[in-house]
Amino acid sequence: MKVLVPVKRVVDYNVKIRVKADGSGVETANVKMSMNPFDEIAVEQAVRLKEAGAAEEVVAVSIGPQQAQETIRTALAMGADRGIHIKHDGEVEPLAVAKLLKAVVEKEGPELVLTGKQAIDDDCNQTGQMLAALLGWAQGTFASKLEIADGGAKVTREVDGGLETIQLKLPAIVSVDLRLNEPRYASLPNIMKAKKKPIDAHEPADFGVDPTPRLKTVKVSEPPPRQGGIKVESVDELVEKLKTEAKVI
Amino acid sequence: MALDTETLTHLIDTVRRFVDERLIPIEPRVEEENAIPPEIVREMRDLGLFGLSIPEAHGGLGLSMAEEVEIAFALGRASPCFRSLIGTNNGIGSQGIIIDGTSEQKTEWLPRLASGEVIGSFALTEPDVGSDAAAVALSARPEGDSYVLNGTKRYITNAPIAGLFTVMARTDPSVRGAKGVSAFLVPAGTPGLTVGKPDRKMGQRGTLTADVMFDDCRVPASAVIGGVAGRGFATAMKVLDRGRLHIAAICCAAASRLLDESLAYARERKQFGQPIAEFQLIQAMLAESRTELYAGTSMVRDAARKRDAGQAVTLESSCCKLFCSEMVGRVADRAVQIHGGAGYMADYPVERFYRDVRLFRLYEGTSQIQQLIIAREMLKET
Ligand SMILES: Cc1cc2nc3c(=O)[nH]c(=O)nc-3n(C[C@H](O)[C@H](O)[C@H](O)COP(=O)(O)OP(=O)(O)OC[C@H]3O[C@@H](n4cnc5c(N)ncnc54)[C@H](O)[C@@H]3O)c2cc1C
Repeated sequence: MKVLVPVKRVVDYNVKIRVKADGSGVETANVKMSMNPFDEIAVEQAVRLKEAGAAEEVVAVSIGPQQAQETIRTALAMGADRGIHIKHDGEVEPLAVAKLLKAVVEKEGPELVLTGKQAIDDDCNQTGQMLAALLGWAQGTFASKLEIADGGAKVTREVDGGLETIQLKLPAIVSVDLRLNEPRYASLPNIMKAKKKPIDAHEPADFGVDPTPRLKTVKVSEPPPRQGGIKVESVDELVEKLKTEAKVI
Repeated sequence: MALDTETLTHLIDTVRRFVDERLIPIEPRVEEENAIPPEIVREMRDLGLFGLSIPEAHGGLGLSMAEEVEIAFALGRASPCFRSLIGTNNGIGSQGIIIDGTSEQKTEWLPRLASGEVIGSFALTEPDVGSDAAAVALSARPEGDSYVLNGTKRYITNAPIAGLFTVMARTDPSVRGAKGVSAFLVPAGTPGLTVGKPDRKMGQRGTLTADVMFDDCRVPASAVIGGVAGRGFATAMKVLDRGRLHIAAICCAAASRLLDESLAYARERKQFGQPIAEFQLIQAMLAESRTELYAGTSMVRDAARKRDAGQAVTLESSCCKLFCSEMVGRVADRAVQIHGGAGYMADYPVERFYRDVRLFRLYEGTSQIQQLIIAREMLKET
């Protein structure tokens, strides 16, 4: 089985995000970038499938600027076999990404696509679902457990109020959630070896896809600053305020 | 530099993240238990940290000195005990073999040192032999095709967990000083070799040092590094040359951690109605530390580059070791001062680092010995 893992280059999760002065987006100049944490979980799962003998090849694919190759290298250092880079500067939206991934899937013929459930920069949570729709494949979203057996995938999903287990026919798209695994640190020797693994470079046009955004960002603004805390006199007062002011209970 | 910037950045980022996510959070437990938890040791092995300076052909990363110091800048932000665990394998415990070993010795030991399967210790110091290292007294009596070792080594880092000792011993008692000394590779468990109880130290808990005793300990002649007796002291000095740059880089890393802790505390702590960071006398201490740290990192990078370019850097290495170890002492002192009473309390990392960094001015040559080396090298030049 071949597993395809799309990986996105995003602002590092430790970075304090700053909104650009003109409200057109967030500051990304001189900001540390790294692999979307959910994608890291997807790569880890794919590599584990390979280590367990359930997968033969893990291919990482990224759509983004030249530096997205660094993100692919991270996946290669974790254990992916090779990379595909589709170079595109500027914003890409989930639908364009899903169309490009569809083209890659048709070319590569994987039986499983493992995506992060969402990217932490735009929190769209759409790409995996759109890809499943475009391909007409089965999908299992928000996976916290994944087993491959008898030509199918058993996916435990984190849903409101509990866990749901579903059985998918392969080929399938599975989007992964936080609790699926704890991604490894790429070892230093593997980081050095990753340099020698191949990355195929493409442009969106190679796949006949026009990635021009269809949505326009009107305005990006900072969340309102946090109000100072208050001290309550008693538990009763606390409960009262939680009910009436915070409206959380 | 052998590595491209992207790969080096990736290496450094990975070590930084490991330090922040895995090592720093576990520091209080290591201090409490005087031991690094086995799962962390395993993770450090898996990461490849034991083989930074060991050539790729022997299973290591084969980093240049300039690359190694960048990794040290990242790793040394965590408690010095973590770097001590990997320090001997990358430095004094393996470099003797790398620099002067025979190809059999390299094949036998380097891959296991690089993976961390075997921990290497370096045994030079003795009860009566410290700064005057060439006075090594431990005797290695030739007997047929072997040598018989008798004597005691002192303060040997990682001795209780070591699988291999590089032992400096006198093979020729008729020759006083450096020329009569040879370096031996002695596996732990060799009959006649025993390790004493761990020393009770001021700091760097989590790293153990101990005496190593040799009582009619017989080793084959093939255990002499490089196969030729009488070259051990020269080997030891070459080993220390590289080690001093590594230690200097670790001092800078500790200073940067101390400075970050100080900055964070100074922003939080309020007196006279404002954060103490607003007081110019506090700012002066922070600025002083930052400036000295910058000087230290700059000189370490410069010396490392020179060494990679093939220049002899005995003088520069000693300058770096002297300046950076003294510098981190001053930075630690200011860090405690900025923390006030809290800096004297074990709840704050600066209390621990203050004790930990004191060692850097003592081992691998005291500050006085570095001064002597620097002066000697200058006088040689003129
Ligand atoms: C925690 C720890 C770990 C260690 N790990 C190792 C190890 O793994 N392997 C190993 O072999 N050794 C190790 N050592 C030993 C260390 O290298 C020595 O302690 C150090 O070299 C100093 O020797 P000494 O303690 O005998 O001090 P001494 O040489 O007795 O020095 C005492 C004082 O006299 C000064 N002095 C000595 N000679 C001169 C001179 N000519 N001019 C001016 N001043 C002088 C010194 O600078 C110092 O201030 C370790 C030590 C410690 C504390």
